[in-house]
Amino acid sequence: MSTTPPNIDPRAAALFQTDGRLRRRRIVNRLMEALGTIASLAAVAVLVIVVASVVKNGWGAFSVEFFTTSPSLSGFGTAEGGILSSIVGSILLVVIATIFALPIGVLVAIFVSEVAPRKVADVIRLALDVINGLPTIVTGIFIFSVLVLAQGQSAIAGGLALAIIGLPLIARSAQEVLRLVPTSYREAGLALGAPRWRTILGVILPTSLGGILTGTTLAIARVAGETAPLLFTTSLAVTTSVTWDPTQPVQSMPLTIFQYAEQPDPSFHEQAWATGAVLLAFVLVVSLISKFLLARSRRKLTQ
Amino acid sequence: MTAVPTEFPAGRRFGDRIGDNALYAITAAAGAGVVVLIGAVAWKVFDGSSLAFSDFGLGFLVHSVWDPVHNEFGALSFIYGTAVTSFIALLLAAPIAIGIALYLTELAPRAIRETVGALVEMLAAIPSVILGLWGILVLGPFMLNHLEPWLQSFLGWIPLFSGDPSQKGILSASIVLTIMAVPIIASVARELFVRVPAELKDGARALGATRWEVVRGVVLQYTRAGLGAAVILGLGRALGEAIAVTQVIGGTVNIPSSLFESGDTLASRIAAQYQGSASNLQTSSLFYLAAILLVFSLIINLIAQLIVRRFEHTHIGAS
Repeated sequence: MSTTPPNIDPRAAALFQTDGRLRRRRIVNRLMEALGTIASLAAVAVLVIVVASVVKNGWGAFSVEFFTTSPSLSGFGTAEGGILSSIVGSILLVVIATIFALPIGVLVAIFVSEVAPRKVADVIRLALDVINGLPTIVTGIFIFSVLVLAQGQSAIAGGLALAIIGLPLIARSAQEVLRLVPTSYREAGLALGAPRWRTILGVILPTSLGGILTGTTLAIARVAGETAPLLFTTSLAVTTSVTWDPTQPVQSMPLTIFQYAEQPDPSFHEQAWATGAVLLAFVLVVSLISKFLLARSRRKLTQ
Repeated sequence: MTAVPTEFPAGRRFGDRIGDNALYAITAAAGAGVVVLIGAVAWKVFDGSSLAFSDFGLGFLVHSVWDPVHNEFGALSFIYGTAVTSFIALLLAAPIAIGIALYLTELAPRAIRETVGALVEMLAAIPSVILGLWGILVLGPFMLNHLEPWLQSFLGWIPLFSGDPSQKGILSASIVLTIMAVPIIASVARELFVRVPAELKDGARALGATRWEVVRGVVLQYTRAGLGAAVILGLGRALGEAIAVTQVIGGTVNIPSSLFESGDTLASRIAAQYQGSASNLQTSSLFYLAAILLVFSLIINLIAQLIVRRFEHTHIGAS
């Protein structure tokens, strides 16, 4: 019985022959194990260093005013006021993005996993992956040419750019949960004489609702931190006052960080760090929650 | 005796047929919309670049100039910057990420496996603008005062490491891109490694292979196509990143001979021009840059997706 396992290079098989080099092989093994461990430690260390820098450098800027006022122009070359207009703008942008991306994403997912023939579904899945891989600055340029050139910058334009980025994430996670809904549910619905649309809307969607919503929060965590798509769509805003008007350009937290980081005065840097801390806390907490929820809804469905 | 229906209803109710057709139509429209969206992006970006294309033609690709005053534009230094930063980022990120994925699947004690995995994934969740801020204010001074002088003292005889150390430059951008690419490659590689059949690894172990030899002979062999795709996906990320690169690369139009010098990439040049163009030709040239970027990223993504799909087909579909 000396069959070599499939998929193994014949050269690799030579590795398994024991000879006098056992000691060297052990050392190489140790070395490689150490490198793998170091790589993991390095990644965790970078995370810790970045998060620690953000918290440490931004700490001094936190105050009630930081969250309750907008930037004021009275400081000559120094940062005055807070980031309220950015927080409101970010919320508005994320809400607009969700309003567009969530229903379309779910519809696409239903089409791909419930309705479409396999080949068509494959094409659309590939298309979703391609959209997911688009550089976000190109998405921004696209919305710029479709909307902004004619109508000027607005929160809607920025939100739409973010929606394009969120769409494949929502569609994919929705697809994944839809696939986990047991076939017996579908058969049960059909056996009761329910038409397919009622089976899908009444049985399959409610079953996968939790998974779809957590996928949506994951998308929100992603788009909330995006800057590039906002540059050409909603960057030239009045920063000193809060606006909820979606037809006006709005300031946002990522953009504030981007602009403050380029300012010469350290007071801007401190505010940039503090804004970064708020954004980072939001993004990390939301993605942790959604990961936890996604794992839970997956467990529920696969039981 | 209850009445037993002797025949089934002749057809489905009218409303049900409408409902089914409506559901098909609406979801199909959404699905078609996704495909149309890609077409629309490509069309709009190419359409926007037509003015620059008619002026500069393909010569745009080989001219290293960005001069709004004289209306002269070219993409060569940005293509060069994109290629160099992405290449260095992958050179650093691929082995680190594969090392992480191997550690997480083969080495790490069960108790810390999930925690470390989640932390590495959190690295991917850091918004790029925050990484860029960190790149400017923390990494930049470190590069200037420590890493670059240190590199120079060892490798200064290589032209790539000559010149004055600087806060912003190609090397800073490459390191930031490395940090972004590592979690992406690691998470794809980890999924691949988990799928390596246990009997193959057991077979190698039974032959007396050390852990590394199992990895080298079985795990890496089995997953190498997928690993290629993982690295290409990381490349796609590095190539298209605009914000963090703009923040740390320095933004100059030149073809730097040293990694310490500043430069620019396609994506970061577009991002840096957001406050407005001096002329229609400049705007159109930005679209031209975006078109180049779009073509690169489409090719890269399609290749990666095809490899992934083939891997899933041969390795997962078969089992």
